[in-house]
Amino acid sequence: MPGEPFRVLMVDLTKGRGEYVNFGDRNAHLGGSGLAAALFEAYADVSAPALAPEQPLIFAIGPLTGCYPLMSKTVCAFKSPYNEQYAESHAGGRLALALRFAGIDALVIRGKAANLTALAVGIRRLDFVDVHFLRGFDVFTTGKQLRKLHRSGAGHRSTLRIGPAGENQVAYACINVDTYRHFGRLGSGAVMGAKNLKAIVVDGGKSLPAPAGKDYGDVFKAIYDQVVDSGMMKKYHDLGTPENLLALNELSALPWKNLQSTKEAAIENVSGEAFARDLLLRKAACAGCPVGCIHVGLLREKYAANNDYLYRQVSYDYEPLFADGTMLGITDAPGILAVMDEIERQGVDCMSAGVALAWATEAAQKGAIGVSETIVPLTFGDVAGYREAVRHLGSRTNEFYRLLGQGTMAAAVKYKGEDYACVLGQEMSGYATGEVFYISQAMGVRHSHLDSGGYSYDQKHTEKDATKAIDFLVADEADRVVLTSMVSCLFARNVYTTETLGKALSAMGLSGMAENLPEAAQNIQKLRWKNKIACGFKPSEVKIPKRFYEVTNWKGQADPAYMEELKTYYASRIDAIVNT
Amino acid sequence: MKILRAPRIERCVGCDSCSLACARLVHKRISWTTAGIRITSSGGLSTGFEAKICLACDPAPCAAACPTGSFSQRKGGGVKVKPDVCIRCGACAKACPVDAIYIEPETNIPFVCLHCGRCVAFCPHQCLEMIEAPGVPGSEVDAPVSAGTEDKEASHAG
Repeated sequence: MPGEPFRVLMVDLTKGRGEYVNFGDRNAHLGGSGLAAALFEAYADVSAPALAPEQPLIFAIGPLTGCYPLMSKTVCAFKSPYNEQYAESHAGGRLALALRFAGIDALVIRGKAANLTALAVGIRRLDFVDVHFLRGFDVFTTGKQLRKLHRSGAGHRSTLRIGPAGENQVAYACINVDTYRHFGRLGSGAVMGAKNLKAIVVDGGKSLPAPAGKDYGDVFKAIYDQVVDSGMMKKYHDLGTPENLLALNELSALPWKNLQSTKEAAIENVSGEAFARDLLLRKAACAGCPVGCIHVGLLREKYAANNDYLYRQVSYDYEPLFADGTMLGITDAPGILAVMDEIERQGVDCMSAGVALAWATEAAQKGAIGVSETIVPLTFGDVAGYREAVRHLGSRTNEFYRLLGQGTMAAAVKYKGEDYACVLGQEMSGYATGEVFYISQAMGVRHSHLDSGGYSYDQKHTEKDATKAIDFLVADEADRVVLTSMVSCLFARNVYTTETLGKALSAMGLSGMAENLPEAAQNIQKLRWKNKIACGFKPSEVKIPKRFYEVTNWKGQADPAYMEELKTYYASRIDAIVNT
Repeated sequence: MKILRAPRIERCVGCDSCSLACARLVHKRISWTTAGIRITSSGGLSTGFEAKICLACDPAPCAAACPTGSFSQRKGGGVKVKPDVCIRCGACAKACPVDAIYIEPETNIPFVCLHCGRCVAFCPHQCLEMIEAPGVPGSEVDAPVSAGTEDKEASHAG
């Protein structure tokens, strides 16, 4: 049964106009990942460059956004300047609820503003504000200035902005969402920069009628109680994802020093436990999520003699601590926060930036590059050097940083360091668990550790059965795409089982959608792959750099024959998804 | 008569579960604004959160300002609301000294805390509490609530 269309705000920055259009079919595209992929198919030009003004920058929420706990994420879709392919990135914060309560299912931004611009949308506003005076401002200063510019709706707005890296179109520049969350990966910030769009403010002041009857309240309460009282979400709230540092190090699966090793005794200084004990200032939550997984660390910095101190608040998670910490050989916790703070200010993806600088450090060790390239000497563990290097990365100071800002592999090709570039489609996530994870990130639709549970599969299966492993990845991806179409945080994937999701949708009066979920999941999975293949992705040409075969992972050494088997079968499955 | 207080608001993580609960259970809405309690940051998320709630004035300036009797004095502080006689003039919100009344922009309907306490169970960190109204005969508590009480473990610990 066809569903209602989505309400999409189409903004044209070139003209300084926007219009609301009806688009698609809710039962078929669901929302989030599905809606974003459908909008990309409709509005993107796959043959034009990612940073061409006409390309769409898409933000989409889902049918359950704001209606249940942890339905708190927004999907951003765009053509990536990193690899010129279809890309999808997810962020929390307040954006999802702000869009819901602004009455916007998806925001699609095309064109290029004449001057640096802040776009403000809400139930009674669509403004294009000239903010040329914010050019070059870092992410935090920009946030402060925006709050002065835009006072109405205070407390119930969401603020997205880019830093210098986005303005300078670093290929992995991110979009900062509400200070502590990000559309991190694959360069959405550069897309904003190319559109001369410094910031987006979304005001959400609208309310929706709750479904009549008892069902909705009852289903909500049951999910809420499960989330808060059952202990299911404890690991995300307690130490948070940094609890993985100690565990993965113990398993010889934590990348250190550009993946030269996977286990180091110095872990004690930079474990999740050490951060919680010494630096955790407070926790925060995304709007609509009672878990509160955002861990904010306090960085106290003496900037002059006479006891002159300043303080910074830096949110931390497992992935940034690995990429900007262990991967860079930094073994003091405040030092990691200091590097992360600079990365936040510049507005680069913390994972790509850390892994890129780790490669540059090893390249410098090997003599492939020198200070004439890096400007500042790069040495594993040297916090001050990395902080300065991050600034050069954001401002693309010279040809070396321009290339490194295009991606680690772009620099590695030029300086002949491909073998030790830790790139799996994009800079690696922090899981040296084995062949299945390496292939899952290198070939996954988003090149993300969240595409499917490859890292978890590695830890549960020692047998080398490529068919079984890839069948798991493909099925897991289809399950996850339903959640990211709702749009749920993936931390809730054990809460929102098929049965619970069915109840949640039905209580919202969406039983037609609930019945159609399996078919919709297959179609959305297919559509995302179609978009990626249409942009030129060739699964059979994926390469795994030598470093991944050299280092000891959780299972020992990676087996080249098994890796090849996984790759070949995954490529055939992707081909089947797209062409059947 | 009990009233709602936020004695441990410094624990707030900004999840909006209280506002969403009030909107859902009291006003039959899905919203983070059309509710008697609203959570705001004061100048960005690095500054922490505050709760915008009715402080249970007695006499209540909003009730005095209401020209139709839609808002009337509640025993123990705060107001009782009769929505059907509200003319949506917004005088109540203008009279509130602590910005606790939200006027929905599309309908001009005012939303204020009724001190019913239904939000309390939905705070994951026990920021909120129903207490006896200070100064009311028979009240067990007549002093301001201490802000630093460490009386309960956060339920996440379970």
